[in-house]
Amino acid sequence: MSSKVPIRLSVNGRVRELDVEPRLLLVHLLRDQLGLTGTHVGCDTSNCGACTVHLDGEAVKSCTVLAVQADGTKVTTIEGLAHGDELHPLQEAFWEDHALQCGYCTPGMIMAAADLLARNPDPSEEEIRHGLEGNLCRCTGYHNIVKAVQDAAEVMHGSAVADRQEVSV
Amino acid sequence: MSVTEERTSGGNGFVGRRLKRKEDPRLITGRATYVEDLTLPGTLYAAVVRSPEAHARITSIDASAAAERAGIEAVFTGEDLADMAAPCPMVWVPPGVEVHVPEHWPLARGKVGYVGQAVAVILGGDKYGVVDAAEDVVVEYDALPVVVDPEAALEPGAPVIHEQFGTNKVFEWSLAGGDVDAALAEADVVLERRIVNHRTAGAAIEPRGAMAEWREGRLTLWSSTQIPHIARVILSIQLGISEEKIRVVAPEVGGGFGSKLQVYGEEVLVAWCARKTGKPVKWTATRSDDMLTTHHGRDQIDDVRIGAKRDGTLTGIHVKVIQDCGSYHLIEGPVIPTFTSCVISGAYDFPAVRTDIVGVFTNKFTTDAIRGAGRPEATHLIEVCMDQLADELGMDALELRRKNFITEFPNERPHGFVYDSGNYHGTLDRCLEMLDLEAFRSEQAELRQRGVYRGVGFSTYVEICGLGPSRALGPDGWGMQGGYFESAQVRVLPTGTVMAYTGTSPHGQGLETSFAQIVADRLGLDPEAVEVIHGDTNTGPFGKDTYGSRSLAVGGEAIARAAEKVQDKAKRIVAHKLEAAPEDIEVAEGAFRVKGSPDKSLTLADVATEAYIPGDLPEGMEAGLDEISFYDPTNFVWPFGAHACVTEVDVETGRVEILRWIAVDDCGPAINPMLIEGQVHGGVVHGIGQALFEQIVYDEHGQLVTGSFVDYAVPTAAEIPSFETDRTETRSPTNSLGVKGVGEAGTIAATPAIVNSVIDALRPLGVTYLDMPLTPMRVWNAIQEARR
Amino acid sequence: MITAEFDYVAPGSLDGALHALADGGEDAKALAGGHSLLPLMKLRFAAPALLVDLRNVPGLRSIEQENGGWRIGALTRHADLQAREDLGVVAQAAALIADQQVRNRGTIGGSLAHGDPASDLPAVLLALEGAVTVRGRAGTREIAASDLFEDYLTTAIAAGEILTDVRIPALAGWGHAYEKFTRRAEDWAMVGVCALVRRADDGTCADVRVAFTNMGSTPLRATATEQALRGGPLDAESIGRAAEQAAEGTEPPADLNATADYKRHLARVLTRRALQQAAGT
Repeated sequence: MSSKVPIRLSVNGRVRELDVEPRLLLVHLLRDQLGLTGTHVGCDTSNCGACTVHLDGEAVKSCTVLAVQADGTKVTTIEGLAHGDELHPLQEAFWEDHALQCGYCTPGMIMAAADLLARNPDPSEEEIRHGLEGNLCRCTGYHNIVKAVQDAAEVMHGSAVADRQEVSV
Repeated sequence: MSVTEERTSGGNGFVGRRLKRKEDPRLITGRATYVEDLTLPGTLYAAVVRSPEAHARITSIDASAAAERAGIEAVFTGEDLADMAAPCPMVWVPPGVEVHVPEHWPLARGKVGYVGQAVAVILGGDKYGVVDAAEDVVVEYDALPVVVDPEAALEPGAPVIHEQFGTNKVFEWSLAGGDVDAALAEADVVLERRIVNHRTAGAAIEPRGAMAEWREGRLTLWSSTQIPHIARVILSIQLGISEEKIRVVAPEVGGGFGSKLQVYGEEVLVAWCARKTGKPVKWTATRSDDMLTTHHGRDQIDDVRIGAKRDGTLTGIHVKVIQDCGSYHLIEGPVIPTFTSCVISGAYDFPAVRTDIVGVFTNKFTTDAIRGAGRPEATHLIEVCMDQLADELGMDALELRRKNFITEFPNERPHGFVYDSGNYHGTLDRCLEMLDLEAFRSEQAELRQRGVYRGVGFSTYVEICGLGPSRALGPDGWGMQGGYFESAQVRVLPTGTVMAYTGTSPHGQGLETSFAQIVADRLGLDPEAVEVIHGDTNTGPFGKDTYGSRSLAVGGEAIARAAEKVQDKAKRIVAHKLEAAPEDIEVAEGAFRVKGSPDKSLTLADVATEAYIPGDLPEGMEAGLDEISFYDPTNFVWPFGAHACVTEVDVETGRVEILRWIAVDDCGPAINPMLIEGQVHGGVVHGIGQALFEQIVYDEHGQLVTGSFVDYAVPTAAEIPSFETDRTETRSPTNSLGVKGVGEAGTIAATPAIVNSVIDALRPLGVTYLDMPLTPMRVWNAIQEARR
Repeated sequence: MITAEFDYVAPGSLDGALHALADGGEDAKALAGGHSLLPLMKLRFAAPALLVDLRNVPGLRSIEQENGGWRIGALTRHADLQAREDLGVVAQAAALIADQQVRNRGTIGGSLAHGDPASDLPAVLLALEGAVTVRGRAGTREIAASDLFEDYLTTAIAAGEILTDVRIPALAGWGHAYEKFTRRAEDWAMVGVCALVRRADDGTCADVRVAFTNMGSTPLRATATEQALRGGPLDAESIGRAAEQAAEGTEPPADLNATADYKRHLARVLTRRALQQAAGT
């Protein structure tokens, strides 16, 4: 048995200190040890993206990251995306546009979309489709997901403009 | 929207509206609970040791090293499961047809017939540790000859997979109506095509999983299943546990597409292990497990002959189907091609129809129901062949279709099925309007001058769903050993809100919302006040679960009927209180009121108070406001539509790109149009997946080549177009809602539209036919062959 | 799927990492982003006894100009590269690797050291005639791209050495293109072609380089095509003729979706397209 490794990381704003087996995957740390079961596992080969979380603000596939590699990072999962009861614009848009059915891919899809919008606040349909190429959905046919990301982009863009205006006043 | 604004019920008018789903808040915040999210104190994790051989005798199993590892609680093999009461039952027992059913146990007994067959199970407290231990189990095999090609398996001298039958034939039977031989003899043209409809996977993003608990002589199984109610019956049979001692729960289920319309060995196995060890036992499939041992679909070879007169009048269709069943059955695989035979003649008025089906054992995993289950195969062959026949006749393919569309409804087909209602010209008209075919054709011609190859393909499908009439499907009909009714219970609570229990088991379809809309209108409520409960055999009446696009057409009708029973009783209470006649009470604007006197009204909450504090009920009326309905339809329902697909082919590489997709479907009046669109989008993409990307491939040794999402290419958003959808509404006379199913329609419609489109694009290069999947290499090869 | 057990260290210096690798011997592996290694370990195709994580080694995630070219730290991520248009074909190819999540973790050093001929950056480095710097306990050495890739998943980097930097020569005056053919956007390349073209003042081809992804057990140069084009005109016809020779001598690995013949055909088509793009024809 390999010896455990101490790690310290922030998960959804809360600092966690744990001793973990080196081979523990980040997704299992989140799900089994921290009880954050919103992050899902859908494959073994880094294809499906159901396990997508943010590591220091960037989307990663948490099934292909060792928990020890996340030492010293800030992790955000789907559970940490909303501000209290106030849903993130992407969550709102997924709901509004029927961008989910069984919901299994949804947390990973939303986290990937959040990364996409952080890189490109005003993406075209083509850019959205390519931006989500690391996430498989079997239910929706992607049509409404693309629409939801467009709608969220508009809302986020609008509020960003509003924020700037407030600042400039 | 080309739909007449007709409401199917009164009340508050929630039916027909695009309400946001009640399911979604838990799903978008990560608070939903799938099986893998559950654990109980002391849970043991199970790892399954699987056969690397496709066909072999097991000569020895040495699990001693695994058992000695720290933290390993137990190791079991097939021998240890000798106390099981029965192997996996196969529920299709057609009268007068012999079907070979080999014993299929959760752990192999003496022999394996496919790669991935479970041989042993390891239990331990650490989910990583059991995987390590599984690697230490040493199984010795004596390899046997392998047969993977179904036609080779039928040849004399082929290795026989199950010696006791003396053949690899599973069954052979025919469904016919009219004199097909005469019809083909009198035809001016007989089109012959061999169509290979390849093997695919359901590929729900949530892999399978199950957890079992044995406590106080009672079993609880949480499973990622579409069929908790059926699973309870089957667990009872296989484990010999009295049915009332078993509870099956389908928590949040991450997609099914037919692949979880099943009771798998692992579900029975964890239950057996929980009883054996007295501890909770949990198993979760990896994607590799899932690709190997979650049932596959399709895998038919269809030899088609269609007769027509020179003017395009169809005379008859004869299809010989070879169905690859794999080496063992699960609950109903062999019945699937029966659904092919139902709609083999599509939307066309064939006077003579014949389907001959032979099922075959091969050393591959089981095939069974995957989204569409037999109907995609039928639609593919008839819709591709309509284009092929039009070419042969020198006719326009749409004109050929229109000439032969069935137009009178209900319409009894020669092979005995009654198409309930339809307007096939209507969906095609609307589809063409959206497409603008003329503009496309001129653009197409212009682009060809520049070496750009675009095509358009159509599919004017009809399908059979809404499973189904028990009399037709049951023991004396098709031979299914079960009823196909659906149940519902609508319970008004004392404060006037509602719990509605459905026997269906939704896993993404949105029934918590659409069923709430149905109930809300009938009881004068907001859907927010209606909680739809499902997926637990310990709540509500016995149900028949979710598959075969049945949930709304059968389960929704049951919900409506139960709600109407409640409404009837409520009206009698209201009439009694307001001194009016029950027939003068209407449900409108959130209240039960006297027609013509809107100020005289009671709310459902008022009625509930009367019902649960029964001081002044009508003479002889029982207390309470809680009604059950069991609805067994008299016919299937027959959704239909017209899809058009525009593709562009890079003729240098063979790559196919879909540029436009137009889908006009008719599934009767909408309960929630938004949910219908979602089903169509997802269904079509499932079909696009089969047509362009996805294929389960075994090599000649029976090894699965496409064992992960690296090789099994489920399309991503980047390969898929946006959709242009519309609907027409033709009521089904079968149920009071007038509805038909739509969960599988897109998948059933899609594949021939793509193939026809690519052939249309490549016609100038001489390509006349293509089998799926249209991989770049296959398309490129076809272009090279045509040029030779 | 779960990896076999292993020990793990994350030294805070390059020397520490080299020391740990040396101690671990044959069964030790350096870990960068992990997006080549961890998938193999999860499927238990690889089972190192020790992982030496380089994440705490300072200075390895950087993109710096050097002699008109670039020095890129080994831990620089694909996402860092894709955002830098000034890196030319490196950025273009990096943007096509797998998907954004993978690009956010995967590193240039990890990808090159892994030596998978189906990865995109090895062919790009080969076309650029770049080099890598490796550090061992005996010192530092530079390995030219043409010497780096020895066989399938095998590079000239010795056990105990760590790839620290990637060197890319000056790109001024070169047109570039990376053509990648996949079934799905997120897939490995069925075939990839990196083309670089430098035009002379008279418009002819002053120099050209073409390299292939997934056309053999290592990334390959299309020397026949390069020779056919070098010094001649860069019109569509010449490019087309040169591209016809692209697959000469290649023995690409057949797979489920492509026979060797089809891959050779794709190589010719993609070479022509990449050259046209790179030449601005």
